[in-house]
Amino acid sequence: MSRPAHGRPEYHKINKDLFVLTYGALVAQLCKDYEKDEDVNKYLDKMGYGIGTRLVEDFLARSCVGRCHSYSEITDIIAQVAFKMYLGITPSVTCNNSSRNEFSLILDKNPLVEFVEELPAGRSSLCYCNLLCGIIRGALEMVHLAADVTFLQDRLKGDSVTEIGITFLKKLDEKKYRRKK
Amino acid sequence: MAIFSVYVVNKAGGLIYQLDSYAPRAEAEKTFSYPLDLLLKLHDERVLVAFGQRDGIRVGHAVLAINGMDVNGKYTADGKEVLEYLGNPANYPVSIRFGRPRLTSNEKLMLASMFHSAYLSLLPLNSSVLVLGNTGSDFVVLADPRQAGIDSLLRKIYEIYSDFALKNPFYSLEMPISVQGDGQVGWYSRASLFTQPSWAPGPSWCGCFAGGRSQPCWLHRSLQPPRRLCSSCNAWQWC
Repeated sequence: MSRPAHGRPEYHKINKDLFVLTYGALVAQLCKDYEKDEDVNKYLDKMGYGIGTRLVEDFLARSCVGRCHSYSEITDIIAQVAFKMYLGITPSVTCNNSSRNEFSLILDKNPLVEFVEELPAGRSSLCYCNLLCGIIRGALEMVHLAADVTFLQDRLKGDSVTEIGITFLKKLDEKKYRRKK
Repeated sequence: MAIFSVYVVNKAGGLIYQLDSYAPRAEAEKTFSYPLDLLLKLHDERVLVAFGQRDGIRVGHAVLAINGMDVNGKYTADGKEVLEYLGNPANYPVSIRFGRPRLTSNEKLMLASMFHSAYLSLLPLNSSVLVLGNTGSDFVVLADPRQAGIDSLLRKIYEIYSDFALKNPFYSLEMPISVQGDGQVGWYSRASLFTQPSWAPGPSWCGCFAGGRSQPCWLHRSLQPPRRLCSSCNAWQWC
């Protein structure tokens, strides 16, 4: 009897609207709790970081990707495998920097902002999807890659596309955690 | 039992999960008369054989029972010191059971966090080790080398761990995992769902049970009646 070596487990699908509405309620509550946009962005990023550190284990367990050898490979996998797996979209990857450590993910369709018409009046610098930045940052840190993830362009702020910029900083010292042999 | 133990070690080297299944351990019980021709020494609250290997009693084996009663560390069941008891000729002839000492949790922690070839001596002699470590945490499965499908078991354990780390919002990463009983990991390692163990093929003249083999070779195995999983004890049974 053939059985796939890495059996893909069943996904429990939930209603996308429920997820989008939950996220919206989260951001709305944070806006009520904090006056300044920077605070809301910061807390969204922090929450995303906590999610990312856990989500990466699930991602590695279910996607069976091998070891990556370059930053562009990593960004490709984030865009083509991770985003596809969790959000159902496939952003495109561009490389900004000639020294090959700054990349962008261009999202032409973002399911999280489906019901958002526009940002509220006093919230012009709110990064609505900053949770995503935190998730990517947390996930990369768990595989020992320090990165800076921010929104470069945002449709909600009037730009044409939504662009997430990933800047890989120097690789985290893996040896720090290695036991003495 | 094909799977001996499962350990999960975090980035810093601490043990966050362990599961030990029954491992067949070689024990030898013999009757001795005074004077004892083995040299015993006290080490770490246990009485070990230091010299005098013979008849299945090896150096490093611990005194497990005297006259049928299990010893309690370095004291007998009655509370007397083992070495003192064995030094007194009035207590002879005495029957002593030797065997590989059971690992204490401290030793398991050391074994898991400083996985060093020297510590492999504490493991059963015929075992293989498989390690999986993506994000700095290590998953170690000790199993019989003849057991196949260990890498898929390892993958499954990683999936269970990732589910556990995710699902429970109150679980802090890198902290010890507390699970009631054995949990899913125990079930999967006992049931060995993934493949049938592929035992060593028989030689051409196929003396299956000769040479110390306790199982039939792959050829004769296939001729045997089918196996089923016993619902109560999760062991494979022949119909």
